[in-house]
Amino acid sequence: MAETEGIQKKTLSDRKNVCAIIFSGCNHPQNSSLDIVLKLCKFSRVQEILHISMGTIFSQAIQLIITADAALLEIVALSLRVTLTAVGLSCVIGLPIGAVLGAVSFPGRGLVNVTLNALMGLPPVVVGLVVYLTLSNSGPLGVLQLLYTPTAMIIAQTILVLPIVTALTRQMVEDLNAEYADHFSSLGVRLHQRVAALIWDGRHRLMTTVLAGFGRAIAEVGAVMIVGGNINHATRVMTTAIALESSKGNLELALALGVILLLVALIVNGLAMTIRGSTLRAAYA
Amino acid sequence: MPDSFPRKADDKVISGTFSAPLLEMRGVGLGSDGRRIIGGIDLKLAEGQRTVIMGANGSGKTMLLRLIHGLESPDEGNVLWRGQQLERFARDRQALVFQKPVMLRRTVIANIEFALSARGITGREKKRRALDALEMAHLSHLGLKPARLLSGGEQQRVAVARAIACAPEILLLDEPSASLDPASTALIEELIGQAHRRGVTIILVTHDIGQARRIADRVVFLHAGSVAEDGPASQVLEAPRSDAVKAWISGRLYFDPPQKNDT
Repeated sequence: MAETEGIQKKTLSDRKNVCAIIFSGCNHPQNSSLDIVLKLCKFSRVQEILHISMGTIFSQAIQLIITADAALLEIVALSLRVTLTAVGLSCVIGLPIGAVLGAVSFPGRGLVNVTLNALMGLPPVVVGLVVYLTLSNSGPLGVLQLLYTPTAMIIAQTILVLPIVTALTRQMVEDLNAEYADHFSSLGVRLHQRVAALIWDGRHRLMTTVLAGFGRAIAEVGAVMIVGGNINHATRVMTTAIALESSKGNLELALALGVILLLVALIVNGLAMTIRGSTLRAAYA
Repeated sequence: MPDSFPRKADDKVISGTFSAPLLEMRGVGLGSDGRRIIGGIDLKLAEGQRTVIMGANGSGKTMLLRLIHGLESPDEGNVLWRGQQLERFARDRQALVFQKPVMLRRTVIANIEFALSARGITGREKKRRALDALEMAHLSHLGLKPARLLSGGEQQRVAVARAIACAPEILLLDEPSASLDPASTALIEELIGQAHRRGVTIILVTHDIGQARRIADRVVFLHAGSVAEDGPASQVLEAPRSDAVKAWISGRLYFDPPQKNDT
């Protein structure tokens, strides 16, 4: 009880220490789950302290964004660089493969489609682990020395986004091809012309596919944490920074990053709506 | 509706044999899911002829067009192009207009240019032919509009103009004016007439007996996947011999008497 009372006396500016005490308590090997719950109940006063400080944290977060804090901008820039590169690579590989899968019949196509759909749900931590093992010094690509670099993060995110882009493209192209198949056969359209035409004619719908891949990558934390290592000024991105800063109790930066992530999500959805919105574009969709 | 197609003075005699059939079907049959869609079809189509295929719904008219075009392969019999087995190259000499026009998600002119590119026509020639096709269909003012925003009649005119732009030897049309108003129908028929005057062989599927009278040199009437009657348009439409055609025509006349005045 003495410990609890001591904490209650702490001021708002000391909340980082409070969080550190909570987290160190939770991580202590001698504490069972029940002990942790009990301890958290005792620390309900701490929660109040944190709750009261939310307004301050939020205003400080907004201030970080408005003043274009250098650390914040660095993290946001790396996030966008990694994610956009991964999405770009996934599109370069996934769009043509998806279009061919949607436009061509071959034995075992159903199995390929089921596998591709299943891969859309790849657990990021598993992908991170596999990439980690591949790129680690003892792994097959260890010689490239890519572990804990943005390149490793791009590879991991590409593996996560590629099945989404490919599978959604395949589905879209398959639907479009069902409509065009007779026309194409009648004209004697060759495969490469057919694939190019299907991608071009499905371009507005494919934008949604690309945005879905972008959403997956920008919000992903497990894989980039494992292969990037969340190294400051090197591989720290928005999601890994939020995870770290939250656990450190450095909530202003975490919340500022959270707000930016939400803004990105809003912009992405706004784009999707705009793309599908206008009447003129509906003629192409 | 006025007859917009001047009949050629030297209309060939229709059924029976032709010296050099452009396309020939010998004992062609096709089934699906154990059901026979087409069976025992023997047809010879002469160059420059306008053949109208008629018959009730489900009688196999569309399937016959698809067999002629090579989109389906017969289970039995042969389809011959100038006496040779129908190959893929033969499809390049034909153009098919579907009942529901297929418009790519691009502008009208891009739709026509895509078809021409697929047929190996590129550069200035492609541009010229596309513009000519638009002019022929009185659609030049809509060339840069998204094709899918056009009305049904306009889309079908684009589809016919696009097919003609490919300079086919045979133009196959699957009920091109079904569900179109009389004005659009007249424009479609005008396009068919222009193609015919250029020497294109026409094969048209229609339910419209008036349209058949306006266009056909020859009428092939299908019933349950087989040819019930085949002969000059005047004979089949005015003095049918088979019960199937008699029943069908009397039904049409009963439900659509104004068409009787068209002749």
